[in-house]
Amino acid sequence: MGMELLRFTTAGSVDDGKSTLIGRLLYDSKSIFEDQYEAIEETSKRKGDEHVNLALLTDGLRAEREQGITIDVAYRYFATPNRKFIIADTPGHIQYTRNMVTGASTANLALILVDARNGVVEQTHRHTFIASALGIPHIVFCINKMDLVDYEESVFIKIRKEIESFSSKLEVKDVRFIPISALHGDNIVNDSEHMPWYRGGTLLYLLENIHIGSDHNHIDCRFPVQHVIRPQSDDYHDFRGYAGRIAGGVFKRGDEVMILPSGFTSRIKAISNHNKELKEAFAPQSVCLTLEDDIDISRGDMIVRENNQPTIGQDVDVLVCWLNPRPMQPSGKYAVKHTTNDVRCIVKEILYKVDINSLHRVEDDKQVGMNDIARVRLRTTKPLFFDRYARNRITGSLILIDEGTNETVGAAMVI
Amino acid sequence: MTAYNLTHIEELESEAIYVLREVASQFENPALLFSGGKDSIVVAYLARKAFSPAKIPFPLVHIDTGHNFPETIEFRDEFVKSINAELVIGSVQQSIDEGKVVEENGYNASRNLLQTTTLLDTIESYKFDAAIGGARRDEEKARAKERFFSHRDEFGQWDPKNQRPELWNIFNGRKSYGESFRVFPISNWTEMDVWQYILHEKIALPMLYFSHERESFVRDGVIMAATEFIQMKPEEVVEKRILRFRTIGDMTCTGATVSSAASIEEIIEEIAATRTTERGTRSDDKRSEAAMEDRKKEGYF
Repeated sequence: MGMELLRFTTAGSVDDGKSTLIGRLLYDSKSIFEDQYEAIEETSKRKGDEHVNLALLTDGLRAEREQGITIDVAYRYFATPNRKFIIADTPGHIQYTRNMVTGASTANLALILVDARNGVVEQTHRHTFIASALGIPHIVFCINKMDLVDYEESVFIKIRKEIESFSSKLEVKDVRFIPISALHGDNIVNDSEHMPWYRGGTLLYLLENIHIGSDHNHIDCRFPVQHVIRPQSDDYHDFRGYAGRIAGGVFKRGDEVMILPSGFTSRIKAISNHNKELKEAFAPQSVCLTLEDDIDISRGDMIVRENNQPTIGQDVDVLVCWLNPRPMQPSGKYAVKHTTNDVRCIVKEILYKVDINSLHRVEDDKQVGMNDIARVRLRTTKPLFFDRYARNRITGSLILIDEGTNETVGAAMVI
Repeated sequence: MTAYNLTHIEELESEAIYVLREVASQFENPALLFSGGKDSIVVAYLARKAFSPAKIPFPLVHIDTGHNFPETIEFRDEFVKSINAELVIGSVQQSIDEGKVVEENGYNASRNLLQTTTLLDTIESYKFDAAIGGARRDEEKARAKERFFSHRDEFGQWDPKNQRPELWNIFNGRKSYGESFRVFPISNWTEMDVWQYILHEKIALPMLYFSHERESFVRDGVIMAATEFIQMKPEEVVEKRILRFRTIGDMTCTGATVSSAASIEEIIEEIAATRTTERGTRSDDKRSEAAMEDRKKEGYF
């Protein structure tokens, strides 16, 4: 019962062996069931594959199996005695970068695959940049297919140096490198016999032991009110509970709090989870708060501490990743979802696009199309209560929605 | 700082409750699909927690194929009463009687496919705009690609290649008139998580999950309960076995496992040692490699 949960995302270019790596992790950690294994064994044989194709484990859709590629984010689960893992397996194709952003948004850790034969390619830069922009605290570069470069240490070192010179320009807290062969299982679960020069732990050891306890913000109290609970029963006639998931900080019974946007203050009377009363609660717990005073509070309001407030404003500077084939419209209007708030916005200014390879700002081309990342200034119809994304991934993130199609078209992080 | 850590079960509970509250806030007329199986029981239990001390602000919907285990129906009625919820029943028998669907014939006849029509009709006639389900991503490979908020067009169809990106914990439930959503609050739970949660929270379950003696027979390597709903082949022999069910669906497509596990603890021990998937006993998934994907595209939840 007492296990920690680690969410990680995987990224790599086409044919980097990402699905094979995941299949290997699942297989070697004995998380694959017999009937699943038999099914892919059968399919591999039918297709004339030499080995049992572990990649088939993650390719769930018919089109994926037909084309031998991964189209959409697939979620996989496995557990070791110490930890439970959720893998967001995301495709490497350039046109599906939006899926990597999706998988990265909730991850504590990113695994980025690099083919040892090809070294650092454009996709490596893109994936590293996205992982860093999405605030993933830990990035692990797996230099794969070491078997095809004779397990040469010099190849590994050259690639590591190249990545380090790039990643040092980004905000990443923790970067690791592991030489592996997903196909043969080197350094995945078991130490590789072929690479005695590598003394770091295996990938699974790293996943099991990396410290993730401080990945949530436990400093700035942020409680976006999600739902107001008002029971229509005689027993709870005057009950008004504010339900929500804590986005930051630690809330304690008796704490003095302030409600935004009204600015009213009150004290926390009780914190509960169903019939369990809690003395304190912290991110990312879902709880129900009651306050000492009867104040008009509704969904979209935020409960904070008076001496530690988020930015309150209608002008928001964001880094936006565009997710839709229809480009961002300059001066376009979009629906915005931010925490539990629904507002509208206008794109006031496209400041620059980011060239993901060089990390340079591109100021002469302001057409923001699918997979582009740009710095944009938004003006919202109502004030939002936000923090910098680097400070809080929940209060610092928002999505843009096309009001005509209702599609999620942009993922934005507050700068 | 280290004190402020959740266990994986607490984190999954928190996530599921967040999703359920999001449904109540974003939709006008949601419903919770309740099959009487452990996953939907857990989702209903979580809904109770999410809105406590108020009642669950949406009805439970049971699509009754008419081929349920009687134990499931008995449990359903007691459970609904105990949490003071509203129950809506969509009847596959009625869809058959009205001529909307045609009953399958033969040895492998099942009403599993037919229930999609009844489900979509029920959603339409009650004008439900979101149907909450207990499906999990670890169950099946097409489900591994499913979003928490899964958009369905006006025919209830799923378009797996064109799903909305789902970022952070922001869920986009916007839709055009006539469209609807399927919502899966326990997407990230595994079979083991569900059992551990049931143990931890002491959640009551239908007796079918626990070891008991039952008349049964074997077909294609799967143990099936003997019932008038299945046409037996001449060579098939009914025998008494000590067994239990890992999943509960229709009697026509739910296989049993020989087991002496009579408590939740024993079930957890058994699952930890098991080398086959939960749905490995479900003949409805074995029709083809993409059986689940195809059914989902048509509106199966």
